[in-house]
Order: sequence, then C-alpha cells, then structure tokens
Amino acid sequence: MREMRREHMLNVLLAVALFAVPLWAYFASEPFVITLATRVAILAMAGVGLNLALGLGGMVSFGHAVFFGLGGYCAGVLAHHAFSGTPVLMGLPGTNQMLVIWLVAMLTSGLLALVIGALSLRTSGIFFIMITLAFAQMFFYFALSWPAYGGEDGLPIFVRNQFPGLNTMRPWELFVVAYGLLMLVLALFAVIRASRFGAALMAIRQNPDRAAAVGISPFGVKLVAFVISGMITGMAGAMMADLTRFVSPAMMAWQMSGELIVIIILGGTGRLFGPVAGAAILVGFEVIFGGMTEHWKFWLGLVLLAVVLFARGGFVGLLAGRDRHG
Amino acid sequence: MAEPVLELSHLNKAFGALKATDDVSLTLVPGEIHALIGPNGAGKTTLMAQISGKYAPDSGSIRFRGQDITRLSVAQRARLGLGRSFQISSLIPEYSARRNVMLALQARQSHPYRFLMPVRHDRSLTGPATEILTRVGLEGRASVPSAELSHGERRLLEIAVALALNPVCFLLDEPMAGMGTEGVGTLVTFLKALKEQAPILLVEHDMDAVFRLADRITVLVYGRIIASGSVDDIRNDPEVRRAYLGDEVDT
Repeated sequence: MREMRREHMLNVLLAVALFAVPLWAYFASEPFVITLATRVAILAMAGVGLNLALGLGGMVSFGHAVFFGLGGYCAGVLAHHAFSGTPVLMGLPGTNQMLVIWLVAMLTSGLLALVIGALSLRTSGIFFIMITLAFAQMFFYFALSWPAYGGEDGLPIFVRNQFPGLNTMRPWELFVVAYGLLMLVLALFAVIRASRFGAALMAIRQNPDRAAAVGISPFGVKLVAFVISGMITGMAGAMMADLTRFVSPAMMAWQMSGELIVIIILGGTGRLFGPVAGAAILVGFEVIFGGMTEHWKFWLGLVLLAVVLFARGGFVGLLAGRDRHG
Repeated sequence: MAEPVLELSHLNKAFGALKATDDVSLTLVPGEIHALIGPNGAGKTTLMAQISGKYAPDSGSIRFRGQDITRLSVAQRARLGLGRSFQISSLIPEYSARRNVMLALQARQSHPYRFLMPVRHDRSLTGPATEILTRVGLEGRASVPSAELSHGERRLLEIAVALALNPVCFLLDEPMAGMGTEGVGTLVTFLKALKEQAPILLVEHDMDAVFRLADRITVLVYGRIIASGSVDDIRNDPEVRRAYLGDEVDT
C-alpha cells in the first residue's frame, strides 16, 4: 500500500514538473525549452502506446516506429494536400485540422496494427521481435522509395496544423495541446490497466497457459492490445510531425523503434508514468551530453546497461518500489 | 451407468516413432473419481494435454457432454466447463492468491473485452474469490503474490482456481505432488467431497491416495491401457502388478 502511494506521489510530481518547466520557460522567454518539453510529451505518448503492448502484454515490438511514422505521414500528407488544394485520393480533400488528422492517424495505425498483429502474434519471443522489425523495415523502405511525398528527402509541413481556439505556431500553445493529449492517453492507459481487459492482458504476459486454462484466449486479447497500442503511437507520430514540421522515413527507421523501447526500459516497464520519465531522461541526456560530445549515445548505453542490470524497474521502480497487483 | 461427461474414443498420438497415446478410450461419469495411473513415461501427461486441448490427437475423438471438442482450443474448452489444474503449479506469479482466483471468476462471467470498470474492487469477483479461498483454507494468504506462497499453498491455489471455474468436470494433474502426508490427508477429504460437485479425472502418483479416492482406475503403460476397473480389480490384476505396482501392493 505504501508503495502504491509512493508511486502516486511520484506520478503527480512528474506530471507537475513536465508542466512547470515549460511554464517557467514561457515566462523566461526560452522557447527552446518549451519545444524540448513538447518533445518529451510526444515521445512519452508514443511510449505509452508501446508500454501497453510491451509493458502490460509482454509483446516486445521492435517495429513500433512504423506506427509513429505512419501517424507522421498522415499529418504530413493531409497537410500537404490541404496546402496545395489537391485531393488525397478518390476526391477526398486534405485537411489542416489536428483533430481530424489525429483521427485519421489512429484509424490507419490501428488498421496496420491489426494486420501486423494478426500475422506476428502467432509467434513469440525473438521471432516476434524479428517479424515486427521486418514489417517496420518494409514500410521504411517503401517510404524511402516513394517519390510522391518526398521519398528520402521527407515532406515538410509549411504551416503547423490547427487546433480549434489555439495558435499552434506558438510553442507554448502547441505544448499545451501535446501535454493535454498525453494526460488523456495516460488516463486511458490507467483505466485499461485496472480493467478486466488489463487483468487478462497482464495475466497472459506472465503465464499464457494459465490464462487459456481459465478460458481467456491469449491471441485475441493480445491482438486488441496491440491495435490500441499502435493507435496511440500513431497519434503521437502525427503530433511529432507537427512539432518538427517535417516528416521523413527516419521516423519509421528501426532506430526509432529502439528509442521507444529504451524509453520504456529507462522509465519502468509497465508503469503508468514510466514512458514520461523515460522520455524525459532520453531528451535530457541528448541535450546535456549531446552538447558536450557527439558520442552521447555511448553514455546513454551505459545508463541503459546499468538499469537492465541493477534497476529492472527503471526510474519509477527505483523511486517507487516494485509493481504490485494486490 | 449415467451418461458420461467426458468420453475419449480411440485416441492416438505419436511423436515420431514414439506412440505416446495408443488407442486410448475412457469415460468419466457424474459423481466419480476416475484415476489415471501408470509409471513415468506412460503418457499420462500427453493424454491430459490432449483432453485439455494443448495437443491435438492424431486420430480419435473427445466428446464433452455429448459435444465433439476434439478441435477446440484450450480456452474454448475451459469456457465449456473443463476445469484443470497443472502438474507443476502454473499460476500468475505477480498476482495475489485472490487475484488469481478473480481472474478465473472473471473469465467465467464475461469475455475479457471490458475496458472501463476497475477489477480490483469488483464485488462480484472479490466476494466469491474470498469464499473459494476460505473453502480451500487459504483465506489468510489472500493478498500474498502467488510466487511467494509455499509449495503446498500453491497446490491449494491451483485447486481454488479450478473451483472458481465451477467446471462440469475437473482434470487434476497430480494435485498431491510434493505435498506432506498431512496435506495429502486434507486434500483426500476435500476431493472426496468435491466429486459430488463435478466428477474428477485424476492423475496421481501417490498410490495410497489413489486407492483411497478412486471409484475407477485406468492403468496406462507405454501409452496403452492395460487395465481398467474398480480399485480391487486393479489391485488384483496380475498384469498391473507386474508392469507397474511391483511390491507396493503387498506391503
């Protein structure tokens, strides 16, 4: 019980800090810091998506960048057509409304996750890792070689997509959108985790044979979780495209998939605020050590090694103790 | 005899040249404990795996309450009312004893695709779970993660989970494995009462317990049934004594 309360406190602290830092930067006129915080929020959101599959369901997807990139391309392509006034396909117009773009990003990512999941969830362990990687690489090379939307040069978004009532070109207002969306996604994760579905999913991670013996089909539950996971990561991708105002195949590259896994492990696998802590650590590392040496990823690797060897629960586990399901 | 709940007919299963199950037919009728015995490597576990749905037989059929279930998955069979316990305790390690039972209860109540209501304080689960844990004597250990329970307690939790499924029949795979004499005594009394609720197909190594419990015994050797009958029939069957029991019966 005490550990539960400690995790709650830590979560509140993380949520407040992620809001307070850019708020300070807003008043101190440090737009760069606001942009960094927005990046943390968006990466954390993508991480929450992966955390649902990997943390709760034990599905180590090494291809989640494909959803991140697909979401990004949804934002880029729709904005591109809205800008040029040309139809996307079959006479459907583009759009520069974030709400519509998120919906499209979630639908397409969810659909792709359904296909990838249906084909790869028949395997597990290393085979699952490899199949998800293979799918992601397929789409990576497709994006690379498809000239209509920039190919390997990527696709710029000249004017950020719009959110009703806000000016998304202002860093602070874009941050508020990303932060609000992150909190919504975290709430969704918490609700799912506490539900019957969550109970079944976590049970399947720990012992699929037992779950089946009480009448819960592992395949169906994992597939649904994988689809929700892909949708969340896809939406985060759309946000990221708007933050950087640029989409490129790199968003789908395996390095991006790896980065998402690193975020989960650093923060705490399966923990509600694990991805938030993980994304903050990753971006913080990049800023602090990236300024000193171009080999900052080497040091990040050392930290990751230390976490895997000595602090399996990641940052949240280190401060709030072991995860318990009373 | 009453209509059988479970009926295996002419099951065959081979792994390469090894016939693990060789033309096995048997039935389980309401109100009985049917024990399946045999030396190590006789194919008991393989047979249980075919009944529970983990392996598909090469030929033959399994009928459950008159319905052919040979091609159904493990989860589908469980939902029809086939409640099993595992030879080696197979629980959800991070879940407390209570949540292990609650998982079985929730699976019986509804499909798992319910995303909104929190499960932890769901009265329709916590109430019956506590009741079942009390029935097997684990109420004092309800909040302990199953990984931290003692071996004997985990065996009892296996039974509790099977009970929670309120099954039409029980498949118990060596429920007494590794238990002390006292634990075995308690469990024998418990299973005797349990068979009135639903018949039990029991795989067990503890011969003493089998002879005290079973209404019928089937002896499996090298995947084949060499004898089947009442406790006395089996005790006095010369082939069984030679193949399996050895001197154990005489002492």
